[in-house]
Amino acid sequence: MPVTMHVDIVSAEEEIFSGTATMLFAPAEMGEVGIKPRHAQMITRLVPGEVVVRDLEGSEQLFFISGGVLEVQPHIVTVLSDTAIRAKDLDEAAALEAKKRAEQHLEDRQSGFEYATARAELAAAAAQLRAIQKLRNKS
Amino acid sequence: MSGAKEIRTKIKSIQNTQKITRAMEMVAASKMRKAQERLGAARPYAEKMRNVIRHLAQAKPEYHHPYLTDREAKRVGFIVVTTDRGLCGGLNVNLMRSTVAAMSEWAEKDAEVDLCIIGSKGLGFFKRLGGSIVSERSGLGDAPQLADLIGVVKVMLDAYDEGQIDRLIVASNSFINTMSQKPCIEQLLPVDGGEQEEEIAHHWDYIYEPEAKEVIDALMVRYIESLIYQSVVENIACEQSARMVAMKSASDNAGDLIDEFQQAYNKARQAAITQEISEIVGGAAAV
Repeated sequence: MPVTMHVDIVSAEEEIFSGTATMLFAPAEMGEVGIKPRHAQMITRLVPGEVVVRDLEGSEQLFFISGGVLEVQPHIVTVLSDTAIRAKDLDEAAALEAKKRAEQHLEDRQSGFEYATARAELAAAAAQLRAIQKLRNKS
Repeated sequence: MSGAKEIRTKIKSIQNTQKITRAMEMVAASKMRKAQERLGAARPYAEKMRNVIRHLAQAKPEYHHPYLTDREAKRVGFIVVTTDRGLCGGLNVNLMRSTVAAMSEWAEKDAEVDLCIIGSKGLGFFKRLGGSIVSERSGLGDAPQLADLIGVVKVMLDAYDEGQIDRLIVASNSFINTMSQKPCIEQLLPVDGGEQEEEIAHHWDYIYEPEAKEVIDALMVRYIESLIYQSVVENIACEQSARMVAMKSASDNAGDLIDEFQQAYNKARQAAITQEISEIVGGAAAV
């Protein structure tokens, strides 16, 4: 029986592939890598491209990933795939947007967070909910 | 007879409300199932990620990431995950209460609090009370994607990298079951080392391509993002189940009210008939 390894390809939103394989190709940042079972431990970043998994029968499965991280253990290979196209400037733009949105909301901002008001308000709301609960239990 | 007619219109209007709450209950139930599926789908990634991070901790690389080192907390970042819509019982109120309690604890220790708000309910609340909101994302819908969160998370991570905040805490609801959700305040950064595992027999380290620092940086950012993504998805499952329960009790209450009014209506109708009969009898006796 040939030596095999377990391959997991996952993204934050779903599991893409999980099974045994005899060979795996992945688009690492420094060039494409081919991983066979008993490879030394390795971590590398992946760039957008195709991950190819060759199984016991020699048939190949192809997955497109938009980047991510590859972790290699002697008998377990994990591909942590990104779901979005990542680039430093793209991330930067997203961060700026989030900041800008927050700033817009802050234009009419008072000084400091009013803990006392917040607590009083929330206590009132919670009391209301409790009262409703009680009413419901009574009937 | 006017009393009876008024009651009848009241019954009609309550029935209409009941129809709406019942429809909302059913919509929430089906959305909840989908949200739970999504929660399940996100789990493998988080698990694998945690494995890798654990391996990394065992490998003891020469590079020590700032996310792993503890420092004195002068300023604390809170990521508060709330819902976009209301009508979900006490879900947001309970979460906000625990969050405010946690925030004031930090405030007592003279640490300032920066907020990152996900969901418009939390935004409205903290805006009104004057919290220092540094980033915000609302209107994620029922099926949020990780890409939607990159921006807000990056603002906080950048602040952490630059030393503007020394702790990063996420507040969201955790899904226990359909009937109960619990507000949950968790520290994300610095990453809690967790239980120190038995040191494995031989010392080993990964081969890093290109550089340990770059790879670990990329990994850490993804790790934090996946944790936050999970709490967002979990919060949506909580929202839908809380809404389902709230709408169910609203429908039940409407049913009770209708019964009550129906009884009052029957009494009023009967009273009118009795009065009419006695009038006729009285009239006949007079002839």
